[in-house]
Amino acid sequence: MSERKELQSETGTPTGADADALRVNAVSAVAHFGLESPLTLDSGAKLSPFQIAYETYGTLNADKSNVILICHALTLDQYAASRNPVTGKAGGWWETMVGPGLPIDTDKFFVICQNVLGSCMGTTGPKDIDPATGKAYGLTFPVITIADMVRAQAMLLDRLGINDIFLVIGGSMGGMQTLQWAAAYPQRVFAAIPIATTARHSAQNIAFHEVGRQAIMADPDWRDGQYLDQGTTPAKGLAVARMAAHITYLSEAALHRKFGRKLQNREKVTYGFDADFQIESYLRHQGMSFVDRFDANSYLYITRAMDYFDLAADYEGVLANAFKNTKTRFCVVSFTSDWLFPTSDNRQIVHALNAAAANVSFVEIDTDKGHDAFLLDEPEMFATLKGFIASAATKRGLNP
Amino acid sequence: MSSQTRVDLALIAEMIEANARVLDVGCGDGDLLELLTRTKNVDGRGIELSQDGVNASVTRGLSVIQGDADADLHDYPDNAFDYVILSQTIQATRNPRDVLMQMQRIGRRVVVSLPNFGNWRIRLQLLWSGRMPRTRSLDYNWYDTPNIHLCTVKDFVMLCEEVGLRIDDAVSVIGNRAKRVGRPGTLDNLTAETAVLLMSRKS
Repeated sequence: MSERKELQSETGTPTGADADALRVNAVSAVAHFGLESPLTLDSGAKLSPFQIAYETYGTLNADKSNVILICHALTLDQYAASRNPVTGKAGGWWETMVGPGLPIDTDKFFVICQNVLGSCMGTTGPKDIDPATGKAYGLTFPVITIADMVRAQAMLLDRLGINDIFLVIGGSMGGMQTLQWAAAYPQRVFAAIPIATTARHSAQNIAFHEVGRQAIMADPDWRDGQYLDQGTTPAKGLAVARMAAHITYLSEAALHRKFGRKLQNREKVTYGFDADFQIESYLRHQGMSFVDRFDANSYLYITRAMDYFDLAADYEGVLANAFKNTKTRFCVVSFTSDWLFPTSDNRQIVHALNAAAANVSFVEIDTDKGHDAFLLDEPEMFATLKGFIASAATKRGLNP
Repeated sequence: MSSQTRVDLALIAEMIEANARVLDVGCGDGDLLELLTRTKNVDGRGIELSQDGVNASVTRGLSVIQGDADADLHDYPDNAFDYVILSQTIQATRNPRDVLMQMQRIGRRVVVSLPNFGNWRIRLQLLWSGRMPRTRSLDYNWYDTPNIHLCTVKDFVMLCEEVGLRIDDAVSVIGNRAKRVGRPGTLDNLTAETAVLLMSRKS
């Protein structure tokens, strides 16, 4: 509430951001899991104590049947539809999708978005203090997996007394969590929308992640991961990691449309290594602004979790077995210009679901915006997801 | 790919038992699936080649995936459905025989509707004009038609025979009139514009 008060303008009327929070009934919370409830990780390590920071939107109905769980992507956070306190960006990263009258309708559903394990926006991660040493975890933080993230999320829902989830939805790494949810807790998930994702991280994507990690580790200010104790920040390394990754989120066509070979505030090239081209300037800006909001070690840990994701591996190498006898209704979404999680990756999920005789829809959205399209204004995606969610809600008895 | 007509849809719907599990291959905008869901309470799924058709179907709340009969039937397990429907599509598949084999593998029963190339008008057109026939339901030039595997009803019945499908019911359609014929004969092969067949695996 104090934060909301700060946002009041001098005349006492709510500012845009505050009105936005009220519009979706945003509530910020942190759940603490003490020594009595440790999280057992895939690596065999136990994490305890830990905490999960999350946002909720909308109102939980009486029989707790209207829950939508949003799983966020690699560097995103719990602020899907409310002001991000670090960047100050109002509306959240999915303001086109989540809100009154939008596909994820906050007037109808109770929406939960949790900051993932290992991240840096309130949920326990490598920048937090290890109670055993009194110092930041750094690289002593245990390596985590997508399944670990989902296990932690399930613990929070248990804590909130929520058993059944009407819908789990997420793009990119959020899609991996969505698939993991559906495979690990089939009886809890009524519907699932994995977007622009994969059931198995590809060699090419692992390669890109490795470039990012090496950039961070090559920064002398990284200090073997102990930069917080030593008062430094591997800003350059993290910025380069972000620049490389950012290219993979776009498409050649989108880059050409937005930047082409246009020069940055100059008439001709300078015969030097300044940012002559607009695309260079844009990438540098993306890199530098990322450093202000993200922890370098979190980047290492979360990219590693994505690299390790291979859902079929836990089911005798047969992806269909991950969805055996599932009653969950799936809608898989891909984008034509996404080369990071291409349609072929998403189609593999569809094939596995068909082989499991699951209830599945699959739409490929025609766009030149690349992987990031799931975060952008894509009317055809909104229309199809609205149709899918409405029909699932009817089946679930949520439409009076 | 599919050009489902009203008559066609109604006839197919009549052949489907209530509460069945149904796969509609080449479901277009989902008209038949919606009809079956509404009137027969089926658990329906669809496959459609065109992205517009898929998106329209999913927007209507139907479970439809982008794919095609030639490539995507292999994924489904045996006996996954009570009915697998192929409406006005088999003539546009690359390998109709394989498609039919897959359909009978994944469905207990198979429903196919197809344009009859043995219809007397088509025969006469070819005979008199010496050019590839064009009709109401096959309104394409030879060089731009998606219908690469046209057949007569007789051809189709023989293929069913070959892949081990028994014909349980058949309807011959002429214009807007439908006639139940049980099993299509020589006369039906001459008069039918469209045939709708309900089949099951010979045990």
